Amino acid sequence: MRINEERVKEIVNSAKFKDLVAKRLKFSLTLTSIMLIVYFGFILVIAFYKELLAVKIGEHITLGLPIGIGIILFAWILTGVYTRWANKSYDKSVRELRNQVLEK
Amino acid sequence: MENFQSTLGQVNIASIVIFFAFVAITLFITYWAAKKTKTTSEFYAADRSISGFQNGLALAGDYMSAASFLGIAGMVALKGYDGLIYSIGFLVGWPLVMFLIAEPLRNLGKFTFADVVAFRLKQKPVRIASSFGSLMTIIFYLIAQMVGAGSLITTLFGLPYETAILIVGVVMISYVLFGGMLATTWVQIIKACLLLGGATLLVIMTLSYFDMNPVKLIEAAAAKYSDKVLSPGGFVTNPWDAISLGIALILGTAGLPHILMRFFTVPDAKQARKSVFIATGLIGYFYILTFVIGFGAMVLVGQDVVTVFDKGGNMAALLLAESVGGQFFLGFIAAVAFATILAVVAGLTLSGASTLSHDLYVSVIKKGKADEAGEVKVARIATLFIGVLAIILGLIFKGQNVAFMVGLAFAIAASANFPSLLLSIVWKKFTTKGAVTSVITGAGLAIILIILSPTVWVDLFHYDKAIFPLKNPALVSMTASFIVGIVVSLASPEKEAQDKFEDEKLRTYLGIGAE
Repeated sequence: MRINEERVKEIVNSAKFKDLVAKRLKFSLTLTSIMLIVYFGFILVIAFYKELLAVKIGEHITLGLPIGIGIILFAWILTGVYTRWANKSYDKSVRELRNQVLEK
Repeated sequence: MENFQSTLGQVNIASIVIFFAFVAITLFITYWAAKKTKTTSEFYAADRSISGFQNGLALAGDYMSAASFLGIAGMVALKGYDGLIYSIGFLVGWPLVMFLIAEPLRNLGKFTFADVVAFRLKQKPVRIASSFGSLMTIIFYLIAQMVGAGSLITTLFGLPYETAILIVGVVMISYVLFGGMLATTWVQIIKACLLLGGATLLVIMTLSYFDMNPVKLIEAAAAKYSDKVLSPGGFVTNPWDAISLGIALILGTAGLPHILMRFFTVPDAKQARKSVFIATGLIGYFYILTFVIGFGAMVLVGQDVVTVFDKGGNMAALLLAESVGGQFFLGFIAAVAFATILAVVAGLTLSGASTLSHDLYVSVIKKGKADEAGEVKVARIATLFIGVLAIILGLIFKGQNVAFMVGLAFAIAASANFPSLLLSIVWKKFTTKGAVTSVITGAGLAIILIILSPTVWVDLFHYDKAIFPLKNPALVSMTASFIVGIVVSLASPEKEAQDKFEDEKLRTYLGIGAE
């Protein structure tokens, strides 16, 4: 495969490529913010409102347990959300744009 | 089961047999890998032949150290819920690695993360600065691992500390020296399977005492001690401390050179993405297991017994293994812990060696014009150098309190490596001077501030009051690194670097031209 140099500038300046870059940036920054808000929110709750996590939801079990384990699962689910989005939507646009630049 | 007699520290035949089997198998793999390790791409990156799934396992293997297995289980056994809070911090960095770093890194880089930072900037100054950040991270992490390995093996097998360090050093050097990234990757994969399998088995055997119901185990812990073990205790007292530690753990994960290096072993960005998904799942699962193991030790072994063997609780998981599975199972888990240490130091050594050979020797001294065979030879000499250095540092720091060095390594990674890496990927106006000053500010501040912090100034030097208030400096050093990087870049525009940014985008986002 060879890169068609003339098309490089054209593609970089195309609305479609700019849209792709913006979409990826927006999606990854949104997920990053969600993760940071959840984690630092958790830390701030511990720092300022510890009692909330000590609330009993069973005989001994506290609210803090499902929340803590939940954050671990949530982090993994977020990576799953991103992977799914990237595999389905992002990769498709990448393939289309690549084919325009690369000559077989 | 209270007051049971432990055989910990005595010669354990099962442990020795399993450990030697592990070493024999991994050395055999190294022999196989050595035949496939001739070129630079083979030595540093396993010729990009690792699949996303395999790399996910290897990433988890690189990240799950014996310290986190034994340390976090011990923390849960003694402090309960606080151990969970601590372990969550180690996981949350992984999604960020995926969203911000993994794919651009894979597309832009060749063998090290400095490839990406230096991509459109002036090679020499940026490589030197990035190598400094990289080597500082690796060396502090290595010291912590080696000293931990030495004392762990002494406690487990009754071997002298020096012998333990030498065994770890020599086996680990053999993996990297002969088998390069291919052997190192398979050592990580085998270790990850052993550790996850061993921990799962330990959890199942523990839960068999509680009708396979984790809720019953946790209730038993609360009934035996108090309900306090199920809610936050003294781990977060000062919110600024907690935030600063959180930043170090999260952004540090995204700046660990030996983790970042693993993304060059997969064929493309899609596989890089997949490997983070697998790794995050496995590491999260591992922390949940550790949490259950900690509570198991709390109930079945008892906090008093756990502290007899180690004040910090580091032997909790092993004592639990012995109490639910006898001497044989103790031997198995101990051998797994040993294998874990070997794998982690091998990954660190390979990463340090590639910084010396690829970033410093080839890009700075040879100005990018080294021949293949010459570079592989230098990479092997560098491996020997880092490996021997690790042994020497392990011996020098014998008996020292080095626990803070893991926090320091993460702080440097978060403050020196992460800001320059992120800015070089996303910011058009980032310049050579900006990158160099950002790395130096981050690494320098992290090291100076941790010395002045309560962690070293009070705990190690025994002064009454710390000069710098936070236990981990990342909040200040990371922020300063970003500010300096941005301000200096704006003050020293680099037209060439800006022009290259648009073309670079094609490679960053579409993978065109990626190696």
